[in-house]
Amino acid sequence: MNALLLASALLAALGASPIAAAPAANAAATVHIKDFAYHAATLTVAPGTTVRFVNDDGEAHTVTASDKSFDSAGLDTSDAWTHTFTKPGTYTYFCALHPYMKGSVVVRATGGTTQ
Amino acid sequence: MKRGDFLGHVGWTGAGIAYALTAGGIVRAAETTPDGPYFVQISDSHIGFRQPANPDVAGTFKQTIDLINALPNQPSFVIHTGDVTHLSKAEQFDTAKQLLGTLKAPTIVLPGEHDALQDGLKPFYANFPAKSGTDGWFSWEAQGMHYVALVNVFDFEQMGKLGNDQLTWLQRDLARVPKSRPIVVFAHVPLYALYPQWGWTTEDGSKALAMLAGFDAVTVLNGHIHQVIEHTEGNIRFASANATAYPQPAPGTAPKPGPLALPPNQLLHAIGYRSVEMHAGEATKRDVTLG
Repeated sequence: MNALLLASALLAALGASPIAAAPAANAAATVHIKDFAYHAATLTVAPGTTVRFVNDDGEAHTVTASDKSFDSAGLDTSDAWTHTFTKPGTYTYFCALHPYMKGSVVVRATGGTTQ
Repeated sequence: MKRGDFLGHVGWTGAGIAYALTAGGIVRAAETTPDGPYFVQISDSHIGFRQPANPDVAGTFKQTIDLINALPNQPSFVIHTGDVTHLSKAEQFDTAKQLLGTLKAPTIVLPGEHDALQDGLKPFYANFPAKSGTDGWFSWEAQGMHYVALVNVFDFEQMGKLGNDQLTWLQRDLARVPKSRPIVVFAHVPLYALYPQWGWTTEDGSKALAMLAGFDAVTVLNGHIHQVIEHTEGNIRFASANATAYPQPAPGTAPKPGPLALPPNQLLHAIGYRSVEMHAGEATKRDVTLG
């Protein structure tokens, strides 16, 4: 079981990097939640991007906007939740169960890269 | 009673699990019924949790309730110190409410952060109405004791936090309590900095503890961390409780907190309930596990 989880985590991590690298309108992007952290912690996307948040952790987590503008509610292990970011700006979020877990999505129209 | 004499009687006399030798062999003394008035604390049932650390949390919760119901001398009350559900889902509240409804003793239910994941604490209080007003925190007197139930899972971004409203209420509440009266405080998240690295602390807990420091005997009982950890600050004694669902690692023994999957035959030794016998200011705490 542990080997399987580790393998899927590695695959997930590998899968995340090319998606996060180049923001594009209407493209899908994924943030993985693993080991009590968001990967990538800062994701830059173009306006209109739907971001998928996947909980790869053995513990439940949430994706809750600091300004409460979006909230995944509780994500169990293997649960996923999507949110479409339409307006440019920096959206910071945290885990309502473990508030020291923080992440952000930067939405901007041109030339963004993952920080 | 002089303060020094009084404090001599306050210590846990049943810390951990007690064992006794009887004609039938070694039995857990903790399984015997307290002979005086007592209450029971249960915590962290996480109804809806389905991971390997405990694939049947409803089953172990029911097993815990059955053990409590089987006590010949029933407790004055049973208090659940939060994380009743795992993800605040309607069906999880339903299951929890049905199971808690089978307890013979009067039941008090406090919320944990896992009960506040859908529209704040509204669904929680719809299922388990607050005992006083809509704020959730309250106090009551029984058998010469002053009991205080606090809520430190309101402010998600700074969990745990009591907030100024609750602290102001606490100050007013304690102002009418004689210094010699024993106080028992319940909250979900530890009120002191038990292990801040894992969020096992209440940001403004020290303000509440400062108010309690002037009393002769204070007992603070919490859940949240799924294990028994005792601590003392002056005349305040703290004890976190086992879950009925699954254990978590001891502070610092793992990179992160979270469900700890034990070998199947060890889970039942790490979950259960607590009884606390209170009389003449003496607290006898028994942590009873299912295995």
